Amino acid sequence: MTLKIHQDHSRFKQIVRGKIKANLRKYVQKGEMLGKKGKDAISIPIPFIDIPRFKYGHKEQGGVGQGDGEVGQQLGPGAVEPGDGHQAGQGEGDHALEVDVTLEELAQILGEELQLPRIERRQNERIVTQKVKYTGVNTTGPESLRHFKRTFKQALKRQIATGTYDPKMPVIIPTREDRRYRSYKLQELPETNAVIIYMMDVSGSMGDEQKEIVRIESFWLDTWLKHQYKGLESRYIIHDAVAREVDRDTFFHTRESGGTMISSAYKLCRDIIQADYPKSAWNIYPFHFSDGDNWSADDTRQCIEMLRNDILPQVNQFAYGQVESPYGSGQFIKDLREAVGDTNNVALSEIADKDAIYASIKDFLGKGR
Amino acid sequence: MPKSLSPRLAALRDEIHGYAKEFGLDFFDTVFEMVSYDEMNMVAAYGGFPTRYPHWRWGMEYEQLAKGYEYGLSKIYELVINNDPCYAYLMESNPEVDQKLVMAHVYGHCDFFKNNFSFRHTNRRMIDDMANHATRVRRWVDKIGVEKVEDFIDRTLSLENLIDQHAPHIRRNPDPQRAEEEAKSNERVEGFKVNREYMRGFINPSEFMDSQRKRAEDEKQQRKRFPERPQRDVLYFLLEHAPLEPWEVDILSILRDEAYYFAPQGQTKIMNEGWASYWHSTIMTRRALKDDEIIDYADHHSGTMGVRPGAINPYKLGIELWRDIEDRWNKGKFGKEWDECDDLRARQAWDKKLGAGREKIFEVRKHYNDITFIDTFLTAEFAQQQKLFVYGFNDKRNSWEILDREFRKVKNKLLTSLTNFGQPIIEVVDGNYENRSELLLAHKHDGQDLKGDYARETLRNLQSLWRRPVNIITRYDGKGTLLRYDGQHHSEKKVEL
Repeated sequence: MTLKIHQDHSRFKQIVRGKIKANLRKYVQKGEMLGKKGKDAISIPIPFIDIPRFKYGHKEQGGVGQGDGEVGQQLGPGAVEPGDGHQAGQGEGDHALEVDVTLEELAQILGEELQLPRIERRQNERIVTQKVKYTGVNTTGPESLRHFKRTFKQALKRQIATGTYDPKMPVIIPTREDRRYRSYKLQELPETNAVIIYMMDVSGSMGDEQKEIVRIESFWLDTWLKHQYKGLESRYIIHDAVAREVDRDTFFHTRESGGTMISSAYKLCRDIIQADYPKSAWNIYPFHFSDGDNWSADDTRQCIEMLRNDILPQVNQFAYGQVESPYGSGQFIKDLREAVGDTNNVALSEIADKDAIYASIKDFLGKGR
Repeated sequence: MPKSLSPRLAALRDEIHGYAKEFGLDFFDTVFEMVSYDEMNMVAAYGGFPTRYPHWRWGMEYEQLAKGYEYGLSKIYELVINNDPCYAYLMESNPEVDQKLVMAHVYGHCDFFKNNFSFRHTNRRMIDDMANHATRVRRWVDKIGVEKVEDFIDRTLSLENLIDQHAPHIRRNPDPQRAEEEAKSNERVEGFKVNREYMRGFINPSEFMDSQRKRAEDEKQQRKRFPERPQRDVLYFLLEHAPLEPWEVDILSILRDEAYYFAPQGQTKIMNEGWASYWHSTIMTRRALKDDEIIDYADHHSGTMGVRPGAINPYKLGIELWRDIEDRWNKGKFGKEWDECDDLRARQAWDKKLGAGREKIFEVRKHYNDITFIDTFLTAEFAQQQKLFVYGFNDKRNSWEILDREFRKVKNKLLTSLTNFGQPIIEVVDGNYENRSELLLAHKHDGQDLKGDYARETLRNLQSLWRRPVNIITRYDGKGTLLRYDGQHHSEKKVEL
C-alpha cells in the first residue's frame, strides 16, 4: 500500500540528500562524520532545514516546570525540551538540525556524487547467515531476556486478583508464573561475502596526519563496500620491518620507529588469503597505505613478485594509496606503476593531503571492481 | 485506507458514547476510523487531516514520528479533528482497553471544540477545505513547477506566526478620539477668532490663512499613515499590499486560513487536553473499565500524565486544574469568606457542601482560554501541590536550573509563555517607511530578545515577498535596534525608541 505522504517523504529525503551532496566534499575531507557514527546510521548536521521564524531564544526565555527540587538545583540533561515551550496544535516545533542518514544512503550519495560504478561481483555464491529477530513475549525463556515491565505488570494483576495487593504497602513480588520473556526467531539471510584487508606502514615516517588521512579514507571505502556486500569482513595489518595482524583500533593508533619492509605485509596478506578466504567464495580487497618509502629495491622486487604471483590472481582489486609525508621518498608508487600499473585489477592513488581524499576515493572505487 | 469499525468496536463506541452523553457532554457527531500505525503517522504528520497540500515538511514530520514509534519512544494514541462531524482515529494494533480510553478522550475533545468560545469562528468544514487547498496548490505546482511553489511555501511558512490571534473576536470601530482631533484640525484653519468683521483682514490676512491651510493639509497627509494603525495580521497586510503574483496570493491566503484555523487549538491546549483527560478518566473509572483492564488502563493513563522537570505537560496540568476547580466549587472554596480566611486548619477542613463543581467546570470550559483559565483558577495552593517552579539557563554552570518557586513568579512566567503562544508580538507599522515603499515592522518587546539568526533569516524571507527592503524595530540588550535587509545585505543600527 502506498500512502499519500510518501511523496512528501521522498521530497524531504531528496532535500536532505541534496544538502548532503552539496556538502559532501567538505564532509569527506573533514572526517567529522567519523565521530558521529552509530551502528548503521550517521547523524549529519544540516544547515537550515527548519523554517526560520521570529521567535525567542529558549535559553533567554526559560519556562515553568514541575517536580521536586530546591531553588538552584540543576535540572538533569534532557529535562528541558529545546524549542518553544508551548506549541500550537500542529505538533510543530523546533526541528533538530541533525539528520540521521543510514550508511546505506550515504554510500548511495557517495556513489552518485563520485559517479562510482557498481562493483561487478566476482563471487556470487550466497552464503546464508542467521539474524535474530525479537518478535514477541513468551512465558519461558532465558533470564537475560526477561521483560521486567511485563513481569511486574503480570504480578500486579495476579496480586490484585487474589487480594494480596496492599495499596498502603505496594510491594510486588513476581512468582515463576508471572515471568515474561522476550522471544525471538532466527531469520536466515543470504549474503554475498567480501573481505577488506587493510595494510598500513606504521614506521616512523608515517605521522599522525598521514594516519588520519588513512582513517578517513578507510571509513569511506568501508561504507561503499558495505553497501555493495552485506557480509563484509575487515582485517588489519600493520608493518614496519615486520608485519602483524591487529584489531581496528590498534591499526589506527600504532606508531613504530623502525624501518620499512613492505614485503612483510604482503607476505602476511597472502597468508591470510590462503588460510581464510578461498577465491571461490570471497570477494577480496587488499588496501595498502604507506608514504612510499621502502627499505631496499630488493624488498620492492619481492613485493612485486608476490603481487604478481600470489595476490593479484586471487583478489578483485589491489589498491595502493601513497600518503605524502615530509620523510618519504615516494618511490614505491613509481615502482608499482612501472611493474603492475597496467594490470586490470590494480588501483594506485597518491594522496597529497586531506583535500585529496575525495579524488583518491574515486581512484580506488572508480573502476567498479 | 481507513476502515470503519469492527462490530465489536462499534458496540464499544456506542457504549462509551452513551456514558459521554450521560455525563452531559455535548458534541458534534463523531466518526471513528481505523488506521494502521503507518497511516496514523501520516495523519499525524498532516496535523490530523487525511489530505494536505504537498510539502516536504509533512515528510519530515512523518519520518520523525515513524522513527519515534520504531524506537519505542513515542506512540500516538489519539487524533481528533475539529470539524462537523468530528473525525477521530483508532490504531489497529492497540488493545481494546486503549481503544475505549481513546474514544472517551475523543468525546471530551469534541465537546470542547463544540462549546469553547475560541472555536466559535473556526471553520467546521475544514476537512473539505484542506482537501480543496491541496487541490489548489497541486494545480499551481502543475502550472508553475514544484520548486517554485515549494520555495514560496517555505518562505511564507517563515511568516506563518505573524497573524492576529484574536482577530475573529475583535470588531474594529472607528477611533472616536481620532475623529475628534480631525474635526478640531479642520476648525483651526478658520483662523483666529474675529469679533469685529472689519478687523478680519488684519487678524487673519489671506497669506496667513493660506499657510495655515497648507499646514493643516500636510498634517493630515502625514497622519494618513499606511497602515493607519499598527497591524498585527502581517500576512493580511502582505496579501493586500505586497506585489504578489496571482498564484502567490492564492497560496498565501491558503496558508493564512490554515494558520487561523489552528490558532485556537494553540490557545486552549492546556484546557482542552486537560478536559479530554478528565473525561477519559471519569468515564473509564466510573463506567467503562472491566476488572481485568484496570492495570493496563492505569499504565497507559499514568504514562500520559508523566512529567519532566523542565516542561509543562498540558494533559497533567490541565486535568489537575479541572479537578481542583471541581473540588473547590463542590466545597465552596471561593469567594470573599474563603479569600479572607487565613486559618490553615479551617482552610483544609473547608467544606460548604455546595456540590456545584460539575456545573462550574462545564461553565468554565465554555468561556475561557488557557490564559484566562490559568489567570483565574491557578491558585497558590495549587501551584504548591503541583510543585511548579520557574527554571532558567545558568550560563556560568552551562545548565538549566530551578530559579524560583514563588507563586507570583510561577504564574507570571506561565502566563507570559502562553501569551501569543509564547511568541513575540510583531506588527506592521509602516508600509512606506522613509517614503521609499520599504516595510517596517515593530516588535513589542516584553523583556525577551528575538533570536538573532532566526530573525535575520525571517527578514530575508519577508523581503522576498515584499520585494523592497524590510526593517524591524526591536530591542537587543535593552537598546533600540533596527534590523534591515535590503535584498542583498543585512544591517543593524541603534535607534531611539
